[in-house]
Amino acid sequence: MLSRTADHLFWMARYMERAENTARILDVTYRLSLLPQNGEDVEAMWDGMLKIMELQDAFLARHPVFSTEAVLEFMIFDRDNPGSIYRCLRASRENAHAVRGTLTSELWETSNASWLKMRDFTLAKLMESGPEAFFEWVKYRSHLSRGVTIGTMLQDEALRFIRLGTFLERADNTARILEVKYLNLLPGAEDDTHTSDYYQWSALLHSVSAFEVYRKVYRDQITPMRVAELLILRADMPRSLARCLKEVHTNLSRVANARSAETERLAGELESHLHFGRIERIFERGMRKYLEDFRDRIFDLGCRISDDFLIPATA
Amino acid sequence: MANNKFFNEMTADDGSVRAHYAAYAAWLRDTPSERIARKRAEADSLFHRYGITFAVYGEESGTERLIPFDIIPRIIPAAEWKGLETGMRQRVKALNAFIHDIYHDQDILRAGRIPAEQVLNNAQYRPEMKGVDVPCNVYAHIAGVDVVRAGAGEFYVLEDNLRVPSGVSYMLEDRRMMMRLFPELFARHRIAPVEHYPDVLLHTLRSVAPVGVTDPTVVVMTPGAHNSAYFEHAFLAQQMGVELVEGQDLFVREDQVYMRTTQGPRRVDVIYRRVDDDFLDPKAFRKDSMIGVPGLLDAYRAGRVTLSNAIGTGVADDKSIYPYVPEMIRFYLGEEPILNNVPTYMCRKPEDLAYTLAHLSELVVKEVHGAGGYGMLVGPASTKEQIATFRKYLEANPEKYIAQPTLALSNCPTFVDSGVAPRHLDLRPFVLSGSEVQLVPGGLTRVALNEGSLVVNSSQGGGTKDTWVLEA
Repeated sequence: MLSRTADHLFWMARYMERAENTARILDVTYRLSLLPQNGEDVEAMWDGMLKIMELQDAFLARHPVFSTEAVLEFMIFDRDNPGSIYRCLRASRENAHAVRGTLTSELWETSNASWLKMRDFTLAKLMESGPEAFFEWVKYRSHLSRGVTIGTMLQDEALRFIRLGTFLERADNTARILEVKYLNLLPGAEDDTHTSDYYQWSALLHSVSAFEVYRKVYRDQITPMRVAELLILRADMPRSLARCLKEVHTNLSRVANARSAETERLAGELESHLHFGRIERIFERGMRKYLEDFRDRIFDLGCRISDDFLIPATA
Repeated sequence: MANNKFFNEMTADDGSVRAHYAAYAAWLRDTPSERIARKRAEADSLFHRYGITFAVYGEESGTERLIPFDIIPRIIPAAEWKGLETGMRQRVKALNAFIHDIYHDQDILRAGRIPAEQVLNNAQYRPEMKGVDVPCNVYAHIAGVDVVRAGAGEFYVLEDNLRVPSGVSYMLEDRRMMMRLFPELFARHRIAPVEHYPDVLLHTLRSVAPVGVTDPTVVVMTPGAHNSAYFEHAFLAQQMGVELVEGQDLFVREDQVYMRTTQGPRRVDVIYRRVDDDFLDPKAFRKDSMIGVPGLLDAYRAGRVTLSNAIGTGVADDKSIYPYVPEMIRFYLGEEPILNNVPTYMCRKPEDLAYTLAHLSELVVKEVHGAGGYGMLVGPASTKEQIATFRKYLEANPEKYIAQPTLALSNCPTFVDSGVAPRHLDLRPFVLSGSEVQLVPGGLTRVALNEGSLVVNSSQGGGTKDTWVLEA
């Protein structure tokens, strides 16, 4: 497969996944902002979320305060914000457009239709029906695109690079979703369980579609340590870091070339840390440090995949 | 609906429906207009969703336009198609023989059948191609021959597109759309299928691989996603199951072309390029080309890769060479031309210029190198000012222009804002030449949607129709 084609496929999937996870992060933060005890903290919550997404400065350059409307406008519609859902869906569609011949027509049409529909939304319309309906729409478009991918694409290299993009992006995003929550906790307070925390943790579980999963796995009350274990170490949880790395490693080994041995080794190493890891040890080291470190490694993997496969080699 | 001045594809002069349209006309009469309106809206939304659009340059992504699609098909009876097909094969064979000849022995020039300076001084003549042998001696593997019906119903060839003719994806998508919207019509008619075009194209491209290559790698080369015909490039690559490459994906090493893949370099044998000659190789042609491949011409001249169409075919579809095509048919094939040429006044000849200037209001004047419906004057439809402007152009640079009588193009009922009204048509079948010459029965029918307009180009308000060749 052409390197350029693989690059477009990889980014098509990453941007779709990013749109979905942005919707999830906005969804959980929005829900939390509605809890009565969070009244005064609403601005701080949006502030924290933007910080984790590394968009705080860009936001402040355009808006004076972290109001809900301003953040939603910025994160959903802003054409100048490369992280907005509008821009993610557009970028995903542009990447798909560049390789539409490699995609099944159903997959291309799914991507194109999502983009065409996105252009019809406005903040006013969205606030009127409640932003949750919109977040749901984004999630379902992403589900659809993934389903169409798996249901129609030949299981060849093209599919591998799409899957690589999806899971690498998801690993980064799940880590960020956890970070948003941990940002607001003081060191040492990580085991605390107030009532307000119950809502916060359950909102977080909802945001990654893991609330029912949690109940099923633990059949017990919600504690931060179990939530972390579920989202980091449980490989049977489809959005966990362990699952993502397992997929990254597997797909990477299927497309291996003469240059990619070290990249594959690093992915395998990270996967085995997650596979054999203990949540107690992670808490001892400190969750925020752990998550930051994890995201650095994901970033590094992304760069290596680019170098090994996607950036056209001259010989 | 009958209009005596023009040949109507559906209705005869006495107002009766022609036999090959009878079943369709009955269906149209019996189908409630609400259903038709719903189907037309559905077609629009489907084309948008499929992304069958052409890019509008300089606008944000997503501002892509549809080429209007009309649901009333252009129907061609079997016997008529047979004549067209035979005439088209004949014409393309002669054109390929001509291109081969002018880059080799130049028999036709030495025989004085075409003025040598007309060919050799033509901007489209590529001296780089002299003495270069190409597989099967075929240059124009894909030809889009534009034909119109005029007068009492006879066919004329308007132009032979031998460089990078486009539009075949619309032929295929229009058919897909009609089958989806109106499956019942396909049960009522015996419509010759066109869906195998990509297969025939792939077969053609493989058949002209460099000598000695047994399992050739074919690619489609596009200028990129922002090109107005990008949809078609991607579509054809996908339908043939080959890679769609851009210049940046290819490189040349020791006269061999490779593409950059995730598994390292891979050899490329046949390039169906949708990039103009000028932009193919910045080392040989335009230095500022960002979409070409340095060294491609050398690899091509060394016979290590096939370009499809060949470099230098433009000299044969140039409007100044067009008048000589009947002569080529006689010279190379020893046959009389089956399809008519439109009488053409070459304004570089003083007597033709004089005639043209005296009859501007009746003639169509075209730039020799123009395309896409730009830079032309349709005399009967022009204002005095437009005619005066063209008169000045003609007097200043007569050699840049040709003139032809304004053909009374046939028309066909078409949905327009005011209902169904006759609109003028042309037809572009695609002729594929490799180890053999093949056509799928049909082509792209373009329709001028503006009332009275004779210009069918999509850039000038043209739309498309499905083209049905009925089986006998």
